[in-house]
Amino acid sequence: MPTINRQVVKYCFVLLAGTILALIFGCTPDHPQSTFDTVGPVSQSQALIFYIITYAGLVVFILVMAILIYSAIKFRRRQNTDADPEQIHGNNTLEIAWTVIPALLLVAVAVPSLKSLFDVTVSPEPEAMTVNVTANQWWFRFDIPELGVVTANELHIPVGEVINLRLNSRDVIHSFWVPKLAGKFDMIPNNENTMWFQSDEEGIFYGQCAEFCGESHALMRFKVIVESRKEFDNWVQEQLTDANKPSDPLTQQGHDLFMSSEGGCYACHTIRGSKKAYGEVGPELTHFSSRKHLAAGIMDNTHENLISWLTDPDSIKPGNIMAKNAAVYNDSEKSLSDPEISALAAYLRSLE
Amino acid sequence: MTTLHIPTIPMIKRPVHPTGIWYWLTTVDHKKIGILYGVTAFINFIIGGIEAILIRVQLAASNADIITPEVYNQLFTMHGTTMIFLAIMPLGAAFFNFVIPLQIGARDVAFPRLNAFSYWVFLAGTLILHISWLLGEAPNAGWFSYAPLTSLAYNPGHGIDFWIVGLQVLGIASLAAAFNFIVTIINMRAPGMTLMKMPLFTWMTFITAILLVLAFPVITVALIELMFDRSFGTNFFFAPAGANPVLWQHLFWVFGHPEVYILILPAMGIISEILPTFSKKPLFGYSTVVLAGVIIAFMGWLVWSHHMFTVGLGPIPNSVFTITTMAIAIPTGIKIFNWLGTLWKGSITFSTPMLYALGFIVTFTIGGISGVMHAMSSSDFQQQDTYFVVAHFHYVLFGGAIMGLFGGIYYWFPKFSGRMFNETSGKIQFWLFFLGQNITFFPMHFVGMDGMPRRIYTYSNEMGWDSLNALQTAGSMLLVISVLVFLHNMVKSWRSGEKAPGDPWDARTLEWSIESPPPEYNFEEIPKVHVVDEWWAQKRGLVAGQVPSGGSGEKSDIHLPQPSFLPLVTSIGILIAGYGLVYSYVVAAVGLSIMMVGVAAWSLEPVNDPD
Repeated sequence: MPTINRQVVKYCFVLLAGTILALIFGCTPDHPQSTFDTVGPVSQSQALIFYIITYAGLVVFILVMAILIYSAIKFRRRQNTDADPEQIHGNNTLEIAWTVIPALLLVAVAVPSLKSLFDVTVSPEPEAMTVNVTANQWWFRFDIPELGVVTANELHIPVGEVINLRLNSRDVIHSFWVPKLAGKFDMIPNNENTMWFQSDEEGIFYGQCAEFCGESHALMRFKVIVESRKEFDNWVQEQLTDANKPSDPLTQQGHDLFMSSEGGCYACHTIRGSKKAYGEVGPELTHFSSRKHLAAGIMDNTHENLISWLTDPDSIKPGNIMAKNAAVYNDSEKSLSDPEISALAAYLRSLE
Repeated sequence: MTTLHIPTIPMIKRPVHPTGIWYWLTTVDHKKIGILYGVTAFINFIIGGIEAILIRVQLAASNADIITPEVYNQLFTMHGTTMIFLAIMPLGAAFFNFVIPLQIGARDVAFPRLNAFSYWVFLAGTLILHISWLLGEAPNAGWFSYAPLTSLAYNPGHGIDFWIVGLQVLGIASLAAAFNFIVTIINMRAPGMTLMKMPLFTWMTFITAILLVLAFPVITVALIELMFDRSFGTNFFFAPAGANPVLWQHLFWVFGHPEVYILILPAMGIISEILPTFSKKPLFGYSTVVLAGVIIAFMGWLVWSHHMFTVGLGPIPNSVFTITTMAIAIPTGIKIFNWLGTLWKGSITFSTPMLYALGFIVTFTIGGISGVMHAMSSSDFQQQDTYFVVAHFHYVLFGGAIMGLFGGIYYWFPKFSGRMFNETSGKIQFWLFFLGQNITFFPMHFVGMDGMPRRIYTYSNEMGWDSLNALQTAGSMLLVISVLVFLHNMVKSWRSGEKAPGDPWDARTLEWSIESPPPEYNFEEIPKVHVVDEWWAQKRGLVAGQVPSGGSGEKSDIHLPQPSFLPLVTSIGILIAGYGLVYSYVVAAVGLSIMMVGVAAWSLEPVNDPD
């Protein structure tokens, strides 16, 4: 029996080692939310600590496994002995050694870890641009008070600059996480949190709510768009303009529906420049069609997707508040006709 | 000698020699209650496993549409709640019940009827939680149910109410059992068994019971506050009315972290029994291992905020909890090294329980290391609430607690069933289990670091998580096969396995000094204890002992506790009251009345001794 067991053990370890190696090489850092593909000082500091502790842990693991496997092979029961092994009850020197050595190892790791903790938590430039982020079931509101810009689910920031964030929630607890930029912080009602990050590369970085927040938690995503200072300034200027006025009969029809008590959209959404639409329950829509994604980062902002969203939002994002509370969705007698949806979509798409 | 006069009420009678179903409903024998606990907990383990498999099927590919988000949220909530409260904890309790009196040389626990009551109340809590599925309203806010998602405004159904009531009822069961075992272990040890001569499993049970008694009141308070918020309009956690929901997290994790040790310490105790037996050596550094267990239990109270690193407590609190959490790795490491020391220069046989003990060391070490990784608050900001955490705690709770408990089932199977299990099947089952869990849970580290959050019912294919998730689902299928092999082995061996001798493993502690299965009275003569491994020392003639005590039929002069209906009656009252608290206070009043009648009758029950 012992020989069979050793064979089995050997094969299993080969298999396990192979799997682990395959996984390590299979773990490509170019995935959109990889914490290894870091683009800013916060996530870089965090990744460094991760590597330090991983390698320290790997050393401990290999040591434990080596002793375990060696003992299992070397001290297996010999076939032709009935004698009991020596009844060793302990060894003080050894036991002190394996208390003190791990303790020293932990102290060595703790120093850089705590240094990093303060670095990633405390903003190096408290005076830098601050973004107020408010979480809602299930979307993010971004508000840059010093620039007067309000948007939803797509945050534009300039490259290479410290960005401070103030995190709040309007309902339940959410968590703000852009893995390539920084680890997460929770967004808690009545309990504002602050964090900071900086991107040293331009690009679009994916974010996602990381604290379970109800039915469509999985569909609460967002993007951080990092661009040059010049592009950023242009974007701000565009965002500060009022919404486009309807330019043809179809968009006019959509506009009228949006602002009417039958449609009711205005009650929850803001369209700057209109006298009526300044609701804040739903995402701000002044420059809706300048955004790349729809419904909190879950689909591209295309005409077809917009039509399906307006037709049946609950099937796309189950449990969402618009589907639950808006009369056009929760009252079958008031639901929108296809031409009305087309008109509404045309109007929204005209809001560049 | 004057006889004590106890007033008797003719209506209240104790059952005399019940048989069949009545025997099981009225038994107060700790061994039978242990089996009831074990079987019920294992059924719960299978239910929790089915929930897990449904989760894995949904996540096997991106944008899957098999399960709706609402059902998915119920599944992961119930999977966690079931595995923690209804499977691992009661499996531990099954071993406490069956093994502790035998290990300490006692004939039963200190309070046999309270012991039966613990089981029946546990069953009531189980029913309340599982039946919420059939009523279409399973809890859906996660096993830690963060406020304010649990408030009426965001969660109007009855799911959270079932969760609150179910956990409260289970809390009653756990507290009753914990007090019972503390008193049993303190008072009922055989003569000569000083604290530092107790078997390791008894020690870890003792520590676990103390943790239970200290931890459950915290969650009880939190649950009562939540229940008052939902039912009576108080405002402990409801943010829109000004509450700070972080309060819930503190209360929950002050309970929740010791709870983790409540889950793992019994498994560590089991491992500390199996390793010496199959190495034929005493546990290396017995007193150090005991002390490490005590330190882990104590420090378990100082680390709760490492579950809350991202809550924004600030860098100074986070530093403190980083340091305390890292420090807890030291006693844990001591245990692992002492287990390795036990193997060293031993004479090791690789029976199935031993494979589980060795497998436990491997997987628990991985879980321990990823635990230290989480302790680094800075890098934990990236890992919190991702699949990296899911990997970590499955290595600790599945690779740790469940592996240890499976090892324990195999180890004591001959003792409780009186039969030997099939070794070949056991070994195959172990390797399927070991491979299955590593293939299921190891890739979770990678998807977690690749940015996959927990508790999402779907993900987009552009995230690049598909292949690793498919691999995890494949691994979980191996686990299914493994559990089926296990069930087949257990059922078949229990029915028709080879008869087990009293001491099939040449083991070291007192439960092996009596026949398998033990007679109802356990020990014909209460043993006298001289050393830690008393039975080993007796067998080897190192101490004077009574070798071996045979069970030659019914011993009429041994006083045993009598069966009773009343633990069951009282528990039925609690079950009814539980539903009443969810649906109607009238029903609750009826249930509580039944409970009160049960308690009153209990205190007036005659002794009914045949003599």
